[in-house]
Amino acid sequence: MTNYIIRRLLYLIPVVLGVGLIIFILFNVVAGDPAPLLLGKHATPQQVHELREQLGLNKPLYMQYFDVVRSSFTFDFGRSWATRQEIFEMIKIGAWPSLTLTIPAFFLSTVISILLALVVAFYRGKGIDLFIRFLCIAGMSISSVAYILFFQYFFAYKLGWFEISGYEPQFPDFFSYVALPGIIWIVLSLGPDVRFFRTVILDEIYQDYVRTARAKGLGEIKVLLKHVLRNAMIPIITYVVIQIPFLILGALLLESFFSIPGLGGITLNALNSSDFPVIKAMAVLSSIAYILFSLLTDILYTVADPRVKLK
Amino acid sequence: MSSQDTRSLWADAFSRLVKDRWALISLLVVVTYALVALMATLGIGMPDWRSSLGIEYLAPSGEFWFGTDLFGRDVFAKVIHGTKIAMSVGLITSLIAIPIGVVIGALAGYFGGWVDDIISWFITTFSSIPNIMLLISITLIMGKGLLSVYLALGMTGWVGLARLIRGEVMKHKEREYVQAASALGGGHYRKLFVHILPNVTHLVIINTSLQFQTAIKSEVILSYLGLGVQGEPSWGTMIDDARMELARGVWWQLAGATLAMFIIVLAFNILGDALRDALDPKLKGK
Repeated sequence: MTNYIIRRLLYLIPVVLGVGLIIFILFNVVAGDPAPLLLGKHATPQQVHELREQLGLNKPLYMQYFDVVRSSFTFDFGRSWATRQEIFEMIKIGAWPSLTLTIPAFFLSTVISILLALVVAFYRGKGIDLFIRFLCIAGMSISSVAYILFFQYFFAYKLGWFEISGYEPQFPDFFSYVALPGIIWIVLSLGPDVRFFRTVILDEIYQDYVRTARAKGLGEIKVLLKHVLRNAMIPIITYVVIQIPFLILGALLLESFFSIPGLGGITLNALNSSDFPVIKAMAVLSSIAYILFSLLTDILYTVADPRVKLK
Repeated sequence: MSSQDTRSLWADAFSRLVKDRWALISLLVVVTYALVALMATLGIGMPDWRSSLGIEYLAPSGEFWFGTDLFGRDVFAKVIHGTKIAMSVGLITSLIAIPIGVVIGALAGYFGGWVDDIISWFITTFSSIPNIMLLISITLIMGKGLLSVYLALGMTGWVGLARLIRGEVMKHKEREYVQAASALGGGHYRKLFVHILPNVTHLVIINTSLQFQTAIKSEVILSYLGLGVQGEPSWGTMIDDARMELARGVWWQLAGATLAMFIIVLAFNILGDALRDALDPKLKGK
């Protein structure tokens, strides 16, 4: 097990180098010179030269690639082109609002989806199963942007149940601001989640051990909760844990609509002002989070299912 | 003429597909959207979204099914133009992503060893970067516009298919029919492209239906973010317009674009599930 974790951690290195390479190719090679973008059309060659010096763009390409890779390990991403702030500071400040939105919403949507999937599996093939399955597919077919627009207009603007936008970082205060975006998050997640969990549970339900459990006289609910759910845990864990890095990235669209000053909002602002270093930093950070959490999923397997041995 | 007993697998799958009423309806919806998009591209018989009728924000009526927009343009005509954009995004990104996914996945699965190591590293690396970050980065760097949307979605859409094909080819290369092909003197190229790939085509077909709807949904988000289509209507830009219109009680632009997208994505969803059942009977009932 320790060996396995060490090997996986070592595999982090080529993957981080690869992520760095993709980001480097996109932003340092393909993107070209940012000087006209930052200084406008009428910059003197002297100004352009100074700017390139300052941004490290005069270095040879392999040194620029090295800078990208180094930032993935030191988290020193330099300063934003737009606001001149330290990017890592911006990210630390933006993390809290994002997490106050995404963590409760993610937790609730996962619990609700698993419960719904169990209900659907219990009534498999019956009307309620077909109905919820259709609702899932129908719900997934509506654009997320349309959901956000409609919910914000109807529940916040028309009915006035929620704040239309804004944010307060203090403890109970933020709830009134993240409630509606959180609900939209849950609605958006229900479709794909319930569908996935249902498939996973139904994969188990026709296994021999389930028949044995029924044969010895266990009720259907007990079979579902004690036997099926436990065995369906591995795919459920993978599915759930691998989404966690995206919570850190924040909810791009939700944050921009509801003016929540989180990481999603930072990314979108950077996008609108062509603030390359910030986008690079967000891409690097979210990739590293993704890699670490996929390792965590593997480790959790052994907890969920003692039969799994990591070699 | 072959007798009915020797119906091919494809004919068999097709007959299974059309027996499913919902799948048949979905297939018809997809064909209809494709025809509308084709006619709009060729400029036949489709309303012109550019012509301004001078009256702004007319509510939906018999004359204007989806009302008019700020410039008095027919929202229905804009929806049609959006259909053309959406279908073209689905088609072109599939044409980019699917060959990449098939070739990369097949090479990794067939050759194994260091080829697989390198390709697997590339796939892991690529899928470590969240899709939305890649999409945003690529469109930002390539410049806003439809061309960037095609490229960004095409270049990010191959990963899932490559993984699937890799796993499937790995299984197939050990089977007897491939050994027989070896025994008859078939080379790598022949074994992979003539013998193995036709046996994984069903994955490609199922994946195309998925790629289409992902592309359509992503185009809406990118256009909404201002990275997508410029200077012509798409479902995304229409939904973006609606942000300002809703407070004035103008809901039809949002409704029109959302409805048009809902129908086609729903059709692709149902069709995708039905295709899986029809082409991969082992999965039936799961």
